[in-house]
Amino acid sequence: MSRLFLFYRSSIGKKVVMAVTGLVLFGFVVVHMAGNLKVYQGAEKINAYGEFLRAMGSPVFSHGQVLWIARIVLLASVALHIMAAVQLILMNRRARPVGYTHQDPIQATYASRTMIWSGPVIALFVIYHLLHFTAGTVHPSFRAGDIYHNVIAGFRVWYVSAFYIVAMVGLGFHLYHGVWSLFQTLGINDVRVDRFFRRLAAVATVAVVAGNISIPVTVLLGLIS
Amino acid sequence: MELRASVPSGPVEQKWDNHRFEMKLVSPANKRKYTILVVGSGLAGASAAASLAELGYNVTCFCYQDSPRRAHSIAAQGGINAAKNYRNDGDSVFRLFYDTIKGGDYRAREANVYRLAQLSVNIIDQCVAQGVPFAREYGGLLDNRSFGGAQVSRTFYARGQTGQQLLLGAYSALSRQVGLGRVAMYPRHEMLDLVVIDGKTRGVVVRDMVTGQIESHAGDAVVLGTGGYSNVFYLSTNAKGCNATAIWRAYKRGAAMANPSFTQIHPTCIPVSGDHQSKLTLMSESLRNDGRIWVPQQKGDTRPPDRIPEAERDYYLERRYPAFGNLVPRDVASRAAKAVCDEGFGVGPGGLGVYLDLTDAIKRLGEQVIRERYGNLFEMYERITGENPYERPMRIYPAVHYTMGGLWVDYNLMSTIDGLYVIGEANFSDHGANRLGASALMQGLADGYFILPATIGDYLARTKQEKLDPSHSAFRRVEAEVTERTKRLLAIRGKRTVDSFHREFGRLMWEYCGMSRNVQGLQVALEKIPALRAEFWENVNVLGANEELNQSLEKAGRVADFFEFAELMCHDALERAESCGCHFREEYQTPDGEALRDDADFAHVAAWEFAGVDNPPILHKESLAFQYVSLTQRSYK
Amino acid sequence: MDVTLHVWRQKSAADRGRFVRYEARNISPDMSFLEMFDVVNEGLIARGEDPIAFDHDCREGICGTCGMVINGVAHGPRRGTTVCQLHLRSFRDGDTITVEPWRARPFPVIKDLVVDRGAFDRIIQAGGFISVPTGSAPDANAIPIPKPDADLAMDAASCIGCGACVAACPNGAAMLFTAAKVSHLGLLPQGQPERRQRVRQMVVAMDREGFGSCTNYAECEAVCPKAISIRFIARMNRDYLKASLME
Ligand SMILES: Cc1cc2nc3c(=O)[nH]c(=O)nc-3n(C[C@H](O)[C@H](O)[C@H](O)COP(=O)(O)OP(=O)(O)OC[C@H]3O[C@@H](n4cnc5c(N)ncnc54)[C@H](O)[C@@H]3O)c2cc1C
Ligand code: HEM
Ligand code: FES
Repeated sequence: MSRLFLFYRSSIGKKVVMAVTGLVLFGFVVVHMAGNLKVYQGAEKINAYGEFLRAMGSPVFSHGQVLWIARIVLLASVALHIMAAVQLILMNRRARPVGYTHQDPIQATYASRTMIWSGPVIALFVIYHLLHFTAGTVHPSFRAGDIYHNVIAGFRVWYVSAFYIVAMVGLGFHLYHGVWSLFQTLGINDVRVDRFFRRLAAVATVAVVAGNISIPVTVLLGLIS
Repeated sequence: MELRASVPSGPVEQKWDNHRFEMKLVSPANKRKYTILVVGSGLAGASAAASLAELGYNVTCFCYQDSPRRAHSIAAQGGINAAKNYRNDGDSVFRLFYDTIKGGDYRAREANVYRLAQLSVNIIDQCVAQGVPFAREYGGLLDNRSFGGAQVSRTFYARGQTGQQLLLGAYSALSRQVGLGRVAMYPRHEMLDLVVIDGKTRGVVVRDMVTGQIESHAGDAVVLGTGGYSNVFYLSTNAKGCNATAIWRAYKRGAAMANPSFTQIHPTCIPVSGDHQSKLTLMSESLRNDGRIWVPQQKGDTRPPDRIPEAERDYYLERRYPAFGNLVPRDVASRAAKAVCDEGFGVGPGGLGVYLDLTDAIKRLGEQVIRERYGNLFEMYERITGENPYERPMRIYPAVHYTMGGLWVDYNLMSTIDGLYVIGEANFSDHGANRLGASALMQGLADGYFILPATIGDYLARTKQEKLDPSHSAFRRVEAEVTERTKRLLAIRGKRTVDSFHREFGRLMWEYCGMSRNVQGLQVALEKIPALRAEFWENVNVLGANEELNQSLEKAGRVADFFEFAELMCHDALERAESCGCHFREEYQTPDGEALRDDADFAHVAAWEFAGVDNPPILHKESLAFQYVSLTQRSYK
Repeated sequence: MDVTLHVWRQKSAADRGRFVRYEARNISPDMSFLEMFDVVNEGLIARGEDPIAFDHDCREGICGTCGMVINGVAHGPRRGTTVCQLHLRSFRDGDTITVEPWRARPFPVIKDLVVDRGAFDRIIQAGGFISVPTGSAPDANAIPIPKPDADLAMDAASCIGCGACVAACPNGAAMLFTAAKVSHLGLLPQGQPERRQRVRQMVVAMDREGFGSCTNYAECEAVCPKAISIRFIARMNRDYLKASLME
């Protein structure tokens, strides 16, 4: 345990935690996006999918247990990810008390330079998203269990959709740098596979962002109802 | 002053072994009671400091850079020699010894050089074990190349960065000892004087270059590994900070200076581009393997090189030395280049340059091959000159590059002051009147890793001396002198900058005590230098205070010493009425313009003793006897 | 050509520092950037003003002493080039050039453009070596090293320790410097016995000095005068991960 603690104390240790939790969250985001697309198969399919998620693990686990385990893992990941992010950001700030009058990036991507902004955007979004579709507190006509209705009704409000779209673009930037970066952090990257990871990050980003954005867009356009 | 070389008896190949057995040892428990001060962290200093600390001594190490890793050894490109005979091409310890003595034009001590050749093999082992990434072949074994006209391939290299990699090896060993607390490292500290008490070296006075604090450090012995003095010429391939201060102050405290006029000129440097030029950059001599050197046949021809037809070019090396052509040794190539430029045939800014033309080679071998062989050099040339060498022949000019002279040392590397050891380029020892390519790195490391750590123990074991601390009156006295001098420099507030003085007298030295010398010129120099020195002390402008980082003050101190040193160089060059190695006296040449040695009168080391700044120095001679090699005259016709 | 310089002047570590404007007139495009500073300084001395302090030594791009941030870029606009090897032909007549020191907490300013990079030495002292006391080495050819490994080790070993990586990193991280040394020694068979210990100790030392962490911006690689690749950072991360969690 103390070794893990020592490991976490180091800058690389924290980055590894970010990378691992980022990977978990990335996996979740991909699966979640794929699940979301079931909305195109109609109310039954997606509601059944929701039910499937709750029933996962039975009979060993009771109803909703696995989903809760997954939620705990995700929550812990988010917590660790944010904690490490905050600590690293503070560390980085301390490392340069006097800044340059101006500094132009040479090859750092826009996505990499905005990680500290895209991250919080995601955090805010996640909170809203949970209140919106999971708890239903901020939903105009929340019906527990009727995901299809909740989605369609939720996205009919244009500014809610707009916020989702903006958040997804933020997530896109975060993933575009993050997915490549995590392999670098974990030491899996090397010159031979670098292109592959860069492409993976690009493809995954486009898929997640496009997949998720397509839903509010189609709802707003009235293509599904 | 007496010059005792202390060469052990016995056949040359057994001397070092016998000597090691005969030397007294310091017992392991006692070693930590001794403090050794090492000035310099180049290959010589860093390897010595690390090795001494490994043995258990207390070591204090100084350098003027901000980190020991930046000593000028870092700049060596070509490689390091060792008689490994991995090529099976007939190399041996004896051959390396022979080549070095002959290359030095018979002005080095046989016993030292033989030991150097013997130890060369251990150096490579040590460096590889430290992780120096020497070039390898596909089989995984070490690669070699031939260098500087040697007939065997005995040069080990790490790309074009051999010096850097060797220094980083020594620096890592040193860092390990610093981390273990056995070496106290003082970067940004400049040694400004030596403290000698009752004929024994007991410490140094240094200036903390950040705070200006003048500090004394006491020890049981002092080691100088402070590098060469090529910057006496202002423009050289040395780093800007390279200086003669440490050895000069030691000289003024009683150490003999040997052969100071032996300076080496490198033929393939990038020429000066204007008055702003602050230093010169060397390009590997290997370029001469594929390049042809020429100038226009017409004086002051300003046509671009590709517009000068073949018939109007003078390939002067090929013309004058048909057998060796462009591959004549460094000094011959350098002198020939200066001669054609002096006659007005030079090209480029100020007419100080000759063409090194690889057009034929590019045609013959293809650009690809040339790019592989010389790509990095071409890039460097392009970066500095802004000209593309694939399209336009390069311009080259000789530049001062290495100084064979230095403090006189005996076989144990001890100077004429007890307890003052001198290693690396700072001593005069192994290269005679001319150093072979890739042998300086070897010498610095042999001195630092293997020789000094053995010989210094003998001195410590034989010498009874009480412990001193820097509050001793002798230290106080020297500190006061150093402070006084600094104050004087800061108080002048004249009209000229330090650099302007350095430039002016550097040019003087280059003109009169550079690659060829004659009586009249040297006498002119001996008149002009003291005059300029006097002006310096009246008219130099050093701003700021001592109690801060003050780069002008640092420079001023060094230049002041160079002034005095330069005079000694001229005395030495004047005294040596022969031509040998890099010392070319125009009066002494063969009808073909070759150096004419005078073994009857000058087969000796000229060791100078200080007799006061305004008095001529006193000459002592250590005669050189050659038992194992026979003296021959070289010829490159 | 003429250029206008905005140079950071700071009398000492305690001083707050500020930019001062200087005009460099009639300078030659063939001058190196440092030679232009020489000329400016000669002028300052003539006027009785304190010359600008800047670090330099070899002036041929190998010792790693020089370093300035020029218009926001460590070592200036030319890639793979130290400032001592940067020439004014990389600028245009009439340009305004801002010159600042390396900025990072572990590199405190000593004066003007001179900073203290002792932190790098301490990182090396923590483990950047192979423990092989003089005299204890086997024959140099006793361990064959595959050429690709030796070449890769050499790529890493070419680091000159100038600190541009730290200066350029938005986080002030010293990862490229540390990774280059860890990789150089870790790639060679001689470096194996201490490999794990080395990376742990060096990373601890690096953090202790107060450098930032790595966000994989790759700015370090872009300014590195020896073009050292961030692949070595990945290698160090891997080594560190293994060394910390296994054993
Ligand atoms: C461009 C170039 C290329 C070369 N290429 C080769 C080559 O390929 N092969 C080869 O064998 N040789 C080569 N040489 C020669 C060789 O590099 C040097 O002779 C050798 O490295 C000198 O090592 P050193 O340890 O004696 O001195 P240096 O490496 O110069 O170290 C001197 C040390 O002394 C310190 N110092 C100096 N004065 C003071 C002072 N007053 N107070 C405190 N500290 C002080 C410095 O800080 C430094 O640490 C080359 C030289 C040059 C200039
Ligand atoms: C769906 C949610 C998220 C995913 C998939 C995700 C993914 C990632 C990944 C893969 C990385 C790269 C790690 C590395 O370089 O090794 C990363 C970095 C980062 N993340 Fe997230 N992240 C998410 C949420 C957040 C949140 C909510 C924050 C809010 C604070 C955040 C802040 C950051 C920051 C600041 C970094 C850069 C850290 C650094 O390198 O210095 N992320 N993220
Ligand atoms: S001064 Fe040596 S690298 Fe620039």
